[in-house]
Amino acid sequence: MTDSAPALELRGITKRFGDLVANDAIDFDVRGGEVHALLGENGAGKTTVMRIAYGLTQADAGEIRVGVRPVTMRSPRDAIAAGIGMVTQHFALVRPMSVAENLALGRSTGLRLDLAEAGRRAAVASERFGIRVDPSARVIDLSVGQQQRVEILKALSRNCRILILDEPTAVLVPDEVDALFSTLRSLVAQGMSVVFISHKLAEVRAISDRVSVLRRGRLAGTVAGGTDEHELARMMVGRPTFGVERSQDAAGPAGAPILSIRGLHAAGTHGLSALSDVSLEVAAAEILGVAGVSGNGQTELVDVLCGMRRPTAGSVSVDGLELSAASPERMMRAGVGRIPEDRHASLVGDLSVAYNLVLERLDDFTHGGRIDEGRIRDHAAELIERFDIRARPEDPVATLSGGNIQKVLLARVISRDPRLLVVSQPTRGLDVGATEYVRSQLLARRAAGAAILLVSEDFDELLALSDRLIVMYEGRIVGEMAVADADVERIGMLMAGRGMAA
Amino acid sequence: MRFSPWSTPVLVAAAVLITFAITAGPIIVAGANPIEAYAAYLVVPLTSQFTLLEVLVSATPIMLTGAAVAIAFRAGYWNIGAEGQLLLGAIAAAGIGTLVGGLPPVLALPVMVAGGALAGAAWALVPALLRIRFGIDEVVTTLLLNPVALLLVNGLLHGPWRDPETGFPESPRIAISAEFPTLIDRSRLHLGFVLALAVVAIAWYVLARTPAGLRLRAAGLSPHGARFAGINVSRTLLGAALVSGAIAGIAGVSEVAGIQNRLTGGLSPGYGYTGIVVATLGTLTMPGVAIAAVFLGDLTVGASSAARSLGIPSQLGAVVQGVLLLTTVALLALRRTRARRTDAGDAGSVSGDIAAEAQPG
Repeated sequence: MTDSAPALELRGITKRFGDLVANDAIDFDVRGGEVHALLGENGAGKTTVMRIAYGLTQADAGEIRVGVRPVTMRSPRDAIAAGIGMVTQHFALVRPMSVAENLALGRSTGLRLDLAEAGRRAAVASERFGIRVDPSARVIDLSVGQQQRVEILKALSRNCRILILDEPTAVLVPDEVDALFSTLRSLVAQGMSVVFISHKLAEVRAISDRVSVLRRGRLAGTVAGGTDEHELARMMVGRPTFGVERSQDAAGPAGAPILSIRGLHAAGTHGLSALSDVSLEVAAAEILGVAGVSGNGQTELVDVLCGMRRPTAGSVSVDGLELSAASPERMMRAGVGRIPEDRHASLVGDLSVAYNLVLERLDDFTHGGRIDEGRIRDHAAELIERFDIRARPEDPVATLSGGNIQKVLLARVISRDPRLLVVSQPTRGLDVGATEYVRSQLLARRAAGAAILLVSEDFDELLALSDRLIVMYEGRIVGEMAVADADVERIGMLMAGRGMAA
Repeated sequence: MRFSPWSTPVLVAAAVLITFAITAGPIIVAGANPIEAYAAYLVVPLTSQFTLLEVLVSATPIMLTGAAVAIAFRAGYWNIGAEGQLLLGAIAAAGIGTLVGGLPPVLALPVMVAGGALAGAAWALVPALLRIRFGIDEVVTTLLLNPVALLLVNGLLHGPWRDPETGFPESPRIAISAEFPTLIDRSRLHLGFVLALAVVAIAWYVLARTPAGLRLRAAGLSPHGARFAGINVSRTLLGAALVSGAIAGIAGVSEVAGIQNRLTGGLSPGYGYTGIVVATLGTLTMPGVAIAAVFLGDLTVGASSAARSLGIPSQLGAVVQGVLLLTTVALLALRRTRARRTDAGDAGSVSGDIAAEAQPG
């Protein structure tokens, strides 16, 4: 059910960043009543072209039309006035304020701030779009996933006619994705236009009327939404893809557990209980997958194992060494390698790649009280080569792409040959190539005998990598199974808190 | 490195030019030719040996407080209390200085400098602990301790330390062996200037070349990332706060032992606050701090001579300094905004903006 006239039309959009051509003469349009997906790997230019449409970035060349009228997008203000809304990957929320206040900020025009009204609208919007958020909660206390729900609510509550979603499902679980998709379907049924940026083939096929594929800044083609997955993948990467598969004959879990957690309790950011009575073990050469909707204690569990959060009760031991309430440094000394979900915050963005690679063990790179710059550079050059990091040693980490930032973190961790790896959302936001690389590295560590605790919201990832799965709900472990027996339906029920009785 | 119109040296130079344009108005109102006034402010002081040395004398205390502030800011610890820490160093110097008359200068001076550094660090200790333990904003606590330190000085001068001979509210003169020697005959340039250069050089080395310096920079750029990498951020902040206080304390020692030879109520016309200006203009790097201190010293000497030669109020020097600070901060903020608009990613931390090219020192 699509009108023929484009609601938003981009013609010949070109954007350069220095030597890099991020967008090369891209033509794109979205009609009223359709979902038009922008598919492509990370760095293909999907986000850039939509940032241009939303006025966040100015194009070097090209034309933007809304309806049939050419529009100049100097800032998002122009875009909002033209009826365009965008949910970016980096949230534009006022973190110390409540959800209701944030929604009110996006809408208020007069002098009076009606918070009760904003709260009511938030509740109505939550109900209507199936997005569950407490309007009185402060944004700073919400998980990444919950914050994104607020962003989506905010954009939807601005009465836009064209909604741009930049990888909106990256932090959502299957149930929530379904809810979001039914929301999007009802929106387009009312004549709205949706631009859906993603690199997930299944999602794109499920929701889109048309798909435009970008590859290295160029439009590889625009095809119908039902196009075959293999065809889309080929357009996207320009080569057939191979998934990472765990070889079934590889050595499996063996021996005494490396990680042993007993009766662990921990408080969340808000002081409320976030983990209750969590007990688990991970053996050598075993990957334990942790499934669950974001905000059900996984972040806190990883924080405790990273040494970044003190448990309120219970014990954690690694290789028999008691590590409850250990500092990050003690965790590292005990052989714990840590790759948490917020990879940007786990590095020092303004410092160079070389410094970040040695920051955990500066003392090993100090000679006579002085930093040994030569050895730090050599060390960086070696890891850059070994882990295929696309950067120079002196580049600040913040200037790297997400995939390369993850490789820096991975290199820092794996170069220390950890006994236990704690990994959260290792491939979120990465392109196909980087995702395969990260997964194969994790499997290589498993083959080398490391114990791995893997938290992920990517179901396929959990199923492909894990030996065993646990499901977390409201801070508790509500299910456990060998991956061979894993039943997606049942896990989905457990994740939604409906599996206890079964 | 590629040339960028937003690189720090270009930015500071632009700030100077914009400042001249803005302050031309007030100078014309004051009845002077702006070109002549700027020549008097900046060039004339450098043309005679006497005024040149006076420039360095003026630069001495603010080079020290500038270094003190820059070290704290690089760690992400916003020490606004250099003024109070300087006064505590001055009190210690005036006290110790009267007691070490029996010692030769080789012993007396180090004891006095160490005492002043300890006093400055002690004044910095409580706000640092409040910040680390309870998360209380150090901007407020360090700032509010400044008038307390000044009251302490005045309490001493109007009470136990009042000069018994003259009855003036000034402490007794310190021992001859505790006075900083002058470096050049018939000038006021004293040992404190050498001390300031040494402090700046050591601070540069520590920040740029040692693991402690790298940890401090990492903690300032990203406290979470630093903590995650096993750096004890609280201890790093405490260390930075104490070193900062100690250096500000040395500035107090330098003024007592090099210029006043006693504690006086007017010892510091806000050197601690000027240190913030110096640190900002120097973009929190040690070479920058040294250059900015001499530049502001030049401006200070020039402003007082321009008052005599051109008849414009000497306060206009402070106006130029203030406008320069605002312009610099505005341009730094503008650069940050541009960085946000052009990068999709992280805009960096506050201290990262100001030391944006990640200069090591």
